[in-house]
Amino acid sequence: MTFNKRTLAGAIAVATTALAGGTAQAQMSDDAVRIGYLADMSGTYRDLAGPGGLEALNMAVEDFGGEVNGVPIEVFSADDRNSADVGANTVREWIDQRNVDLVAGMVASSVSIAVTKVLEENDGLAIISGSAASSITNEHCTPNHIHWVYDTYPLAHGTAKAVVEQGGDTWFMLTADYAFGHALEGDVTKVVEENGGEVVGGVRHPFPTSDFSSYILQAQGSGADIVGLANAGSDTVNAIKTASQFGLTQTGQQLAGLLIFLNDVHAMGLEATQGLLLTTGWYWDMDEQSREWAERYFERVGRMPTMVQAGVYSSTMHYLNAVEAAGTDEPEVVRAQMGEMPVEDFFSRNGRIREDGRMVHDMYLAQVKSPEESTGEWDLYEIKSTIPAEEAYRPLSESQCDLVNQ
Amino acid sequence: MTMIFGVPLAVFMGQLMLGLINGAFYALLSLGLAVIFGLLKIINFAHGAQYMLGAFAALLGLQYLGINYWLALLLVPLVVGGLGMVIERTILRRIAHLDHLYGLLLTYGLALIFEGTLINFFGVSGASYPVPEALQGGLNLGFMFLPTYRGWVLVAALAVCLGTWFVIERTRLGAYLRAGTENPALMQAFGVNVPQLVTLTYGFGVALAAFAGVLAAPLYPVSPTMGSSLLIVVFAVVVIGGMGSILGAILTGLAMGLVEGLTKVYYPEAANTVIFLVMILVLMLRPAGLFGKEA
Repeated sequence: MTFNKRTLAGAIAVATTALAGGTAQAQMSDDAVRIGYLADMSGTYRDLAGPGGLEALNMAVEDFGGEVNGVPIEVFSADDRNSADVGANTVREWIDQRNVDLVAGMVASSVSIAVTKVLEENDGLAIISGSAASSITNEHCTPNHIHWVYDTYPLAHGTAKAVVEQGGDTWFMLTADYAFGHALEGDVTKVVEENGGEVVGGVRHPFPTSDFSSYILQAQGSGADIVGLANAGSDTVNAIKTASQFGLTQTGQQLAGLLIFLNDVHAMGLEATQGLLLTTGWYWDMDEQSREWAERYFERVGRMPTMVQAGVYSSTMHYLNAVEAAGTDEPEVVRAQMGEMPVEDFFSRNGRIREDGRMVHDMYLAQVKSPEESTGEWDLYEIKSTIPAEEAYRPLSESQCDLVNQ
Repeated sequence: MTMIFGVPLAVFMGQLMLGLINGAFYALLSLGLAVIFGLLKIINFAHGAQYMLGAFAALLGLQYLGINYWLALLLVPLVVGGLGMVIERTILRRIAHLDHLYGLLLTYGLALIFEGTLINFFGVSGASYPVPEALQGGLNLGFMFLPTYRGWVLVAALAVCLGTWFVIERTRLGAYLRAGTENPALMQAFGVNVPQLVTLTYGFGVALAAFAGVLAAPLYPVSPTMGSSLLIVVFAVVVIGGMGSILGAILTGLAMGLVEGLTKVYYPEAANTVIFLVMILVLMLRPAGLFGKEA
């Protein structure tokens, strides 16, 4: 076991707080715990986090009782419009003028990276639920943020490995031509080759693209078993819709979506998406606990929650529990306290927060149901297998994060 | 297998087919722009927004009024075209005597207003419009599997393009139109109501954009921003073809669809830029465009 200075300092702080005992209230920084929810509230990523995520956050605060250590919990929100500048400026303002204690939500990876830099300079705290880039807890790790729901590492590993094991040996990659797409393509290629498969071809399409017909035709012409989609959002939706129109799956090829959310599948419909394999951090219908929470959410929002929205609830709860246990909202202490407590709730199984800020938990390989198998509007996935928490994410031995002593 | 520059013949033919379909869209949109520019000398920057309005009108009509695809194909261009005529009468006419630049700025402003308003209500994710039942499924052409709907788009767009060309180049009404462009004062002296002709022409150009919007609705997600990305490409097509040339707009639209389609096979990274490269080349070698008359 190795300690670095920060975790050591945190541990000492936790210990002193515990000794201080009854004076917990005096340790709160001011008269409220303030949580700022930052997300794309109006653009491409609205439906996967957006207003629904804010509602999940409010649910967590209500379920917690609306106050912690004798002070009320306040929630406010802002639209980052998927712009790193807007996000960073909003958070600066929250720090300067509203004494924000926790920044939650966050989708576009570029926004998250910019915001966490601001928080690092100002000694704040963030829990990121929506972003994909695994670099957030790798080269961009800070002691001031935690990454909760998923990242590109399990997406590539979970889906690609399972697909190759099921006999999908030859791959054709459809990649968004920018950093995120290239990274995902690289990860997938590595996993496919490690498992004895082969990437026989690929196209890097401009971002964004609305007409995928030409690329789908090339994928058909390649003769590959699997067409891997290393893109996201509207590009993925357009690619899948086009593939369906061109009868790609009817000619024996299969699509492998690498970053797909429940709302994407819901929007495209089962006719177009059936059979699609994907990796997810959570699914509302995966067990009794999840269903129970999801149905409460559904009553308030009118849609079933995505893994990101569920993650916002789960992470907020964990944060508030840590504030209560530590008796303070001092970011460094709370961060250390959160790391001490296992994360075990309706969302996370076998969860723990590593020193790089990655919350590792069980991930799931799911397959989209066919219209015949589905029994309702939101009955969309079948969980095929569980990827254990400790295997799902990038091992610390491969980490480039400065917080990890190697 | 026969290969063409390292690509199997079947794939090559398939790509040409898809290029032609995209080209038909470009042709339809640039035709509307060319008609409007020809008579009104207005560079209609609202064209993309009007195309988007067409798609949205079809979507909302289906959702709230139960108007099916075929009816929408007929009604939507009339409604959106009507809106265009109102805009021409109430706004564009006031700046008709000013420099082209004012018309460009004004229509650009209109486009931003249309887009912003719809984003406010519907967000940007977009919704999907179902392919009409009669056109579902696909045809096996031997070299490719062609979804029936795309085949229909090609046929419908080409028919409308050729129809428009015929009306403008071969009928009496078209002769008035062309004469109106050459010398409006003289036309007026002959007793032709030129202002009315101008209103109708703008309405017709807008209706073409709306028609393209309805055609596009089942293919692409219907979203408030769908027009702005396409508009820039269509302008490049018009510049390549030559401002104001009807036949030039149609042929260039189809040709640029093919060029783009082939780029997607050989160097997909450049697919979004190749048309602009062609535009630069044409501007350097033939500033008036391929089919334009040298001023």
